Amino acid sequence: MIVAQRKPFEEIMNMLKGYKKVLNVGCGTCVAVCLAGGEKEVTVLNTELDMARKLKDNPIKIDGITIERQCDREYLAELDSKVDDYEAVVSMACGVGVQFLAERFPQIPVYPMVDTSGLAANQAVGWYEERCRSCNQCVLGMTGGICPVTMCAKGIYNGPCGGTNNGSCEIDTEQPCAWFMIYERLERQGRLDNILELHAPVEWLDQTPRTLVQPGYKKVDPEDLV
Amino acid sequence: MRLEYPSNVKIVRVPCTGKVDVSHLLRAMQQGADGAYCVGCLEGTCHYNEGNLRCRERVEHVRNLLEEVGLEGDRVRMYNLSSGEGPTFAAYAKEMTEHIKELGANPLSQKQKAAA
Repeated sequence: MIVAQRKPFEEIMNMLKGYKKVLNVGCGTCVAVCLAGGEKEVTVLNTELDMARKLKDNPIKIDGITIERQCDREYLAELDSKVDDYEAVVSMACGVGVQFLAERFPQIPVYPMVDTSGLAANQAVGWYEERCRSCNQCVLGMTGGICPVTMCAKGIYNGPCGGTNNGSCEIDTEQPCAWFMIYERLERQGRLDNILELHAPVEWLDQTPRTLVQPGYKKVDPEDLV
Repeated sequence: MRLEYPSNVKIVRVPCTGKVDVSHLLRAMQQGADGAYCVGCLEGTCHYNEGNLRCRERVEHVRNLLEEVGLEGDRVRMYNLSSGEGPTFAAYAKEMTEHIKELGANPLSQKQKAAA
């Protein structure tokens, strides 16, 4: 899932210093699961802002609403009748949600309340570890299910590099060498020959927003969208 | 056991301190409480294994949040005792009350009174 962490409170206070009436929109999907921007976090942030602004004798009226997903028009539609009552909208969703919200309501300033960190697995409650950089060229089948883009500090497709050090990475002895792990796993599975296959590097250059249309679906005229 | 403890302490009963959420403590402060404290079972004796440990972590978090907001984090505390320690409960209530008196009233409640 997408994970995020709340921005420092001081940064949030600065962003909102000129506003007196704000709507805080939470997102009930990924950021709710990773405890960054769901209903509960909206309540906590609003309570904090209310207290901090009262203490500065500059009260703010901040309301909260948490919708199922901010990256879906269907759910954003719930806000259509509400946002114009506010001077600004803040979003506790990931970067996708914030942009989609801002796109739907171009007449009103939208501010992000979280920093989106990436795609991560849930190790335990409150503990998330990145596993995917969504490079769009998945090689996990050749690397024993260990992602070299995410787990290797250099993100190289043909490793290990000269910095591998008895199973650790040269950047930090606590950081395992991804290619050492890949070697060990492929060896255990008896398919070490996979490591000899050369892969073209990821094409990170000239990145433009990627569009995905699943088989059986098609793009529709934006005019027809809700 | 007819023990006395300060009458200003208002008790909110929960099934386990693990039920206490960050928002509960923050709301208490927002609404003008001068202080709030959680009294959980002794560490290591939680019926739900780690309810009181989770509460302690949340209390720590709330203390940090209050400092960010501009209030003293020490207005919120965590205490532990066993259910058989009535006198300790009364002693903690007294200790917390005296501690909060030293800190003074919650500035938010004063502002609310001034606005009313």
